[in-house]
Amino acid sequence: MKPRSRLVLHVPVPPSRPGDKPDFSGLKVPEAGSVRRPKCDVAEGEIRDLPYALIRVLDDEAHAQGPWNPKLSADVLRRGLKAMLLTRAFDERLFQVQRQGKTSFYMKSTGEEAISVASSMALGARDMCFPTYRFLGWLMARAHPLAPLINQIFSNAEDPLKGRQLPILFSARDYGFYSLSGNVGSRFGHAVGWAMASAYKGDDRIAMGVIGEGTTAEGDFHEALTFASVYRAPVVLAVTNNQWAISSFSGIAGAEATTFAAKALAYGVPGLRVDGNDFLAVWAAIRWAAERARLNCGATLIEFFTYRAEGHSTSDDPTKYRPKEEAGAWPLGDPVERLKKHLVNLGEWDDARHDALIAELKEEVRAAVKEGERTGVLGASKPSVKEMFEEVFEEPDWRLIEQRREFGV
Amino acid sequence: MIKALNDALDVMLARDPDVLIFGEDVGYFGGVFRVTDKLQAKHGLTRCFDAPISEGGIVATAIGMGAYGLRPVVEIQFADYILPAYDQIVSEASRLRYRSNGEFIAPLTIRSPYGGGIYGGQTHSQSPEAIFAHVTGVKTVIPSTPYDAKGLLIAAIECNDPVIFLEPKRLYNGPFDGHHDRPVTTWAGHPGASVPEGHYTVPLGKASVVREGADVTVLAYGTMVHVSAAAIEESGVDAELIDLRSIVPLDIETIMASVRKTGRCIVVHEASRFGGFGGELAALVQERCFYHLESPVERVAGWDTPYPHAFEWDYFPGPARVGAALRKIVGVCA
Repeated sequence: MKPRSRLVLHVPVPPSRPGDKPDFSGLKVPEAGSVRRPKCDVAEGEIRDLPYALIRVLDDEAHAQGPWNPKLSADVLRRGLKAMLLTRAFDERLFQVQRQGKTSFYMKSTGEEAISVASSMALGARDMCFPTYRFLGWLMARAHPLAPLINQIFSNAEDPLKGRQLPILFSARDYGFYSLSGNVGSRFGHAVGWAMASAYKGDDRIAMGVIGEGTTAEGDFHEALTFASVYRAPVVLAVTNNQWAISSFSGIAGAEATTFAAKALAYGVPGLRVDGNDFLAVWAAIRWAAERARLNCGATLIEFFTYRAEGHSTSDDPTKYRPKEEAGAWPLGDPVERLKKHLVNLGEWDDARHDALIAELKEEVRAAVKEGERTGVLGASKPSVKEMFEEVFEEPDWRLIEQRREFGV
Repeated sequence: MIKALNDALDVMLARDPDVLIFGEDVGYFGGVFRVTDKLQAKHGLTRCFDAPISEGGIVATAIGMGAYGLRPVVEIQFADYILPAYDQIVSEASRLRYRSNGEFIAPLTIRSPYGGGIYGGQTHSQSPEAIFAHVTGVKTVIPSTPYDAKGLLIAAIECNDPVIFLEPKRLYNGPFDGHHDRPVTTWAGHPGASVPEGHYTVPLGKASVVREGADVTVLAYGTMVHVSAAAIEESGVDAELIDLRSIVPLDIETIMASVRKTGRCIVVHEASRFGGFGGELAALVQERCFYHLESPVERVAGWDTPYPHAFEWDYFPGPARVGAALRKIVGVCA
């Protein structure tokens, strides 16, 4: 009999920590354009290699390559670039606003703007997104006015959510943006239920659910995939793999063992793994999955491979758990820079227009923040305290009526 | 009561195309307690269908459907199994309206057989109503008769707020007064078993005075309404018995009027005592009726143990324990 080895408990650790050189040597980045594009009604059994591939359109020189190139017009590309830049300008300004003590909390989506913006533009106006809190770009791409967002962040008298929600946990039904919550993952199944309802009614609307790679460990993720698979729900399910869940690297969510797109395999749902910093690849993958859903072929799981270029929120310092230089060393680059360079390559954009647009958007955000500040920053202005007692039920019961009276409002 | 619940679902499926039903085993088979019997055959596959064994997934899916504009009715096979869905109920369904300022609502009904008395052991007998009552934004309804079951279920389905609808499973086939050693009785001939055809509602938040009395108020719901009625009868105490029918919303007016009249109050529930809904009722009664009270509020409840299999009737707060409390509170020696 062979001697038995002692058992060892494996705890994943990232390749580099603060003080180390960023190390992405484990990351294999295939050539742009090298992954085949099957027809969107292909049988899932024929594309079981795709969850391990990486769909890329923009190459290292920002030229569009291969079968996934959605061949978008320069106007559409410029609109996408503008929405991404607006998202970034908004994030930078509102982050500063939090640092100035004018609100309690903020979360940026820096580095991940291509995912929210391209999804928003590639899906229909009547489709519904069940976003994460790093999906501001969805609203920017649909020209949501800035003032209500800023008022929500300030929880001031004009806050459309009446001071009831943490900053940036927006709700914007008319823009196809479902109510956010601070509980991660708990709305992933709502996207599936909403999509099933659309199918039940014979509607043509589809849903998009978004979840972070860290949250794929929650039961919600697997429950949603089970229901999506069983009932062939017309839903696009996206995992934004930004490598970090607060301070835990993606290995803590299972990335050492497999890809997040490959989670689809067990559910018999197509899994695509896509360069999330590539506006064109995101667009193409979303369109593929959306068309598949509209053909009654059911759900697709898409892993958007990206990098969270900033901290989790205003409440953490990423240099405490990862090398400061890591974001700059990310092999898939920055989504804004890549799309900009692509437009320049096409002769449809230049540095002067780019800089002018950034200046214009910064000014737009600055002016909107000023307007919000005139109404009032957090604490200086708030909705009527009566709002605390509203919308708990459709009609308040005696408890709420009495407590409101007891509180004197 | 099963027939009345089935009837309520049948009426609502026929009336409102946005009503649909799903849950474990509820489709072709018609549910382990037969509450959805024949509904799939009658109304179609997509109106009443089976769901994976995933309580969290069932409720999450229903919330998404509600946000779209449907009115889903889901079954959790036993209330003991509802806990995987608790996050969805607490963090999502109950707050969706509030946090989105009414942009999205969750008009779903979560039906679940609950309570003991069927030798179901720890995992088929529990009464978890208090953990829902504590969550603002959801309503919790518990019928005690077939008439109420149908009217309350229709009201729950038509309600634009999420409703937890707990069905006392020991009452499914007949009233049960807690005398487990006596022959089983059916609903035949019971005054609460006369169920009109078609659509009617029993409003949520309106208690029913089952028996008028002068000396003590007994607050109960579900199976304990029948147990309390038997105990009152057997003890000879002139008690007023109130069936709360829903604990959220709670009919505080009826409770206050009764306790101010009788000056005494006993709360009876099957769930364990500590942290149970009886504590809330006792607090409300002393806050609002203190100067009318002639003795402390009594609680008769399950013991603070898990629900035990072999000791079902030792655990179950039957008519003997309710009767003892009645005699104690009115000062009659046992």
